[in-house]
Formats: sequence, structure tokens, C-alpha cells
Amino acid sequence: MFDLKALYEPTTVPEAVRLLADHPEARIMAGGSDTLVKLRDGKLGGLEWVSLHGLDELRRITLDDDDTLRIGALCSFTQVAESDLVRRCIVSLPEALLTIGGPQVRNIGTIGGNLCNGVPSADSASTCYAWDARLELAGPDGVRVLPIADFYLSAGKVDLRPGEILTAILFPHEAYAGYKGAYSKYAMRGAMDIATVNVATSIKMAPGGATIADARIAFGVAAPTPIRAPHGEAVLRGQAPTRALVGAAARAAIADTRARDSWRASRAFREHMLEELTRRSLLTSIRRAGGEIGAEQ
Amino acid sequence: MTAQPNPLLPTEDQPSQRRPTPPQPVHGAPGPNAPGMNKLVTFELNGRPVSKMVDIRENLADFLRNEFGLTSVKKGCEVGECGACTVLIDGRAIDSCIYLAAWIDGKTVLTTEGLASPTGELSDVQQAFVDTTAVQCGFCTPGLLMTATELAATGQTYTREELRRRIAGHLCRCTGYENILNAVELALQKTQTRAAAAADEEFWNTVSGL
Ligand code: FES
Ligand code: FES
Repeated sequence: MFDLKALYEPTTVPEAVRLLADHPEARIMAGGSDTLVKLRDGKLGGLEWVSLHGLDELRRITLDDDDTLRIGALCSFTQVAESDLVRRCIVSLPEALLTIGGPQVRNIGTIGGNLCNGVPSADSASTCYAWDARLELAGPDGVRVLPIADFYLSAGKVDLRPGEILTAILFPHEAYAGYKGAYSKYAMRGAMDIATVNVATSIKMAPGGATIADARIAFGVAAPTPIRAPHGEAVLRGQAPTRALVGAAARAAIADTRARDSWRASRAFREHMLEELTRRSLLTSIRRAGGEIGAEQ
Repeated sequence: MTAQPNPLLPTEDQPSQRRPTPPQPVHGAPGPNAPGMNKLVTFELNGRPVSKMVDIRENLADFLRNEFGLTSVKKGCEVGECGACTVLIDGRAIDSCIYLAAWIDGKTVLTTEGLASPTGELSDVQQAFVDTTAVQCGFCTPGLLMTATELAATGQTYTREELRRRIAGHLCRCTGYENILNAVELALQKTQTRAAAAADEEFWNTVSGL
């Protein structure tokens, strides 16, 4: 038995928001693959919970009229990874999600829960950063949409205000059109493990494919929150892709990190891995975006 | 002769690796206006419609074992790592130890008990595990049967490498996985052959009816 004080089960978003407003102490449970494990370990006991399990309206993946890709927050990792729409628009998101847990956990865990947990190692987060995701939140004062970087406040803290729930992850047309990307994760094991570091990149080549029109580099576990690496990105924009250029971008990107020593890995090791994974990820993204890696100059 | 300490028992400097049993709920009293601790769930279990009161604090694995005697649902780690408790909900494999029983209302649940035909004939997937000797102690087997059943239902073919990833949510401490992979491969073949034969039959029935 889990030590739950009460379980509220709304079936619509307004009902969920109202229940959260009526029970300000209540916690939110989405898929439960994290919270129920914590409860099993004796943490978070004696609290009231609002379960979002019944909000089937948030289990859809659709294109809005303006071609914004809309991923409902309660979509399971499997559902997102198998979606043709997602595969077409955000090629590297399935890659990232398929590194989470095992298949049975990916059928339970939700992409919204992964983001709201606020942990910097969340496999979906860096990819959402690298594709300029926007988050849609519903609360007592209505709906607001904010860039994902504004949502992550500090380690384990996200901008989820009282009574609010995450309803959708949005990728506007300009965030994905023409971009290709890649995801690399380093963990102690090949599967069922938490990332020591992870890197997501996306690239858009200029018409003709000779130079890089835009580049985005995002890191997980390189700082208390997922981050972008603007110094690395600036090295790439407008340039013809070469191995030397990609190497320089990966080195420059490390300037944006604030990695720390932890029991999982030392700072030096994290930085080394971040640089190497960035190099590999960028090369893959450039190739996928139709760019050719030129000879050394 | 002095008694030798049992090396398998935890000592003070070698504490047990087992996770402690979780503390039992002490905060039983719900707040004002809270829904009750019990909820009626109506769902389809192994092909039969059922209704039962469930404690909202219970996980699905315990619920299926205790209320329905479905002991094929094993409890290994109870934290979503080993896959021993895998059941299919609406056709998808999930770890029932980290799933609230209260959530199954309106859903379809399949456990290993529901695989064999009413006359006791093993399903293709079960028979494949027997034929390839993929079972040793058997603790992981019901969970793997459910994942294999989920895979067989897709009608897709998988490479050996893909199958390794597909069964990565199951731990087996006995077999070394090779025979399990053989079993899953054979199960998928059996299912596909059967589906092809059924399609053939339907074709010829239609043609001969013309
Ligand atoms: S008992 Fe559920 S995954 Fe191990
Ligand atoms: S047969 Fe013993 S755990 Fe798999």
C-alpha cells in the first residue's frame, strides 16, 4: 500500500485545476512512474494527491492550425516515440525518449511528468531545449504559454504555480521546419539508467546545404537545470561545416556549462563527455540536415 | 564447534541489499470532502467483465494477486525495474507494481492466467517458451510472456537486436536470456504463420464462395 492520504481523480482540465485550487497542499501525480517509486521508498507519505490519469484529452498528439506540433502532457514516452507526426517534425525526440527506463516504464511514464519533475537529467528536457519547445500551462487564471527555458527555475524547481498543470508541449512551425537533430546520452549502463550527461543538438542548413543556417546545442546535467550553449551555437552559424569547426563549437559550448562534482561523476569527466558527445551529436545532426562535412582547412 | 555466521545473512558492516519493506500508511484519515479510501472499479480481466472495490492506496500487482488470486503477477523489485509484475493494460505491457489499481477502471487487463484457451491449450507464445526451454526457475517467465504477447500482437518482425531492446525491461537471473530470445523469436514466427494461414483460408473461402 502506498501512503496516500487522499486521491482525487479529475476527468477534465478545469476540474483538475479546481481540485488543485481547493486542495493547495495536494501533489500532482501523472503517470506515477517516479512518484510511486518514491512512495514505495517511504518518501512523500501522508499527502493528498491529484491524479491526472483520467485526463484523456491530454493524451493526443496533433498539429494546430498554424502547424504547431502539440504533444499532450500525458502522452506516454512510447506514444510520443511511436508517433509519425513526432518522427516527422522532431526526429531526435523518439531517440531521447527510447533511452528512458524499459518498455513497461515507457508505457507508464509521461512526457509532461518528466518535464515537471524538474530534474536536469530528464531525457526529454534537453531535446525540448534544442527544439525551442514552449509549454502550455492551465491554471486558475487561465492558460499561459512560456518557453521551456523560463519553466526551469533551479534544480528540481519549475515554474508551476499553485493550481496549475502542464497541458501540452508545443513546437511552433519555425522551431522545427527544416531542422534535423540528434540526441546522445552517457550513462553507466546501456539501458535502464539515469544520464550522467546528455546532449541534444539541432541543425538547419542554409538553402543549398553549403553553410549552417542555425544551430542549437542543449545539455542535461551540465548545470542545475538543462541549458542551451549559446557560445557553441554562435561558432556554427553561417559557417561551412567541417570537423574543425564542429570541434571548436563543442569546445566553446563547454564555456556555457556549470558542471559540478557529484557521486555520479566528476566535473572534469562531465565536461570531457559533454564536449565529445556534442561533437558527435553535431556531426550526426549536420548529416541528417543534408550538410556535408568538409575536409579540414 | 562454534557456530559459523551465515554468510547470506546481513551483518552490521554488511547491511542487507534488500530494500526495506515500505512503511505502512499511518495517515489513514482523509481530509474533509476527500473522496473515500475505496473506489469501485469495473474492468475486463482476462476476458471477463469484473467489478470490485479497491483501496485507492493499493498497487495493481497486489490487487490482482490478493483479490483475484492471479499469482502469475510476481513481485520482484516493486519499483519498476525487474518486469516480473508485467501485465497488459489495453494491450500494452506495464509494470503493475508502479500502477495504482484505482486506475484500471474501464480498462482491459490481461495476465498470464488469461493466455491459454478455455480448454487449457497453451497460447503460441507460451508453447514457444516450452519448446525452446526458455524457463528455468520461472519467476521472470509470466512477465516475459506478457511482453512477448504484446510484441506478437503487433504482427511486426524484429531483428534479434531489436528484440533485446524490447525485452530490456525484464530481469532474468537464470537463463542468460539466449533461450528467452529464441522463445520470443519463435513465438513471433508462430503467430505470423498462423495469421498468414488464417488469411489464406479466408481468401480461399471467399474465392470458392464466388
Ligand atoms: S516488481 Fe514490478 S517491476 Fe519489479
Ligand atoms: S528463469 Fe529464473 S529468473 Fe528467469
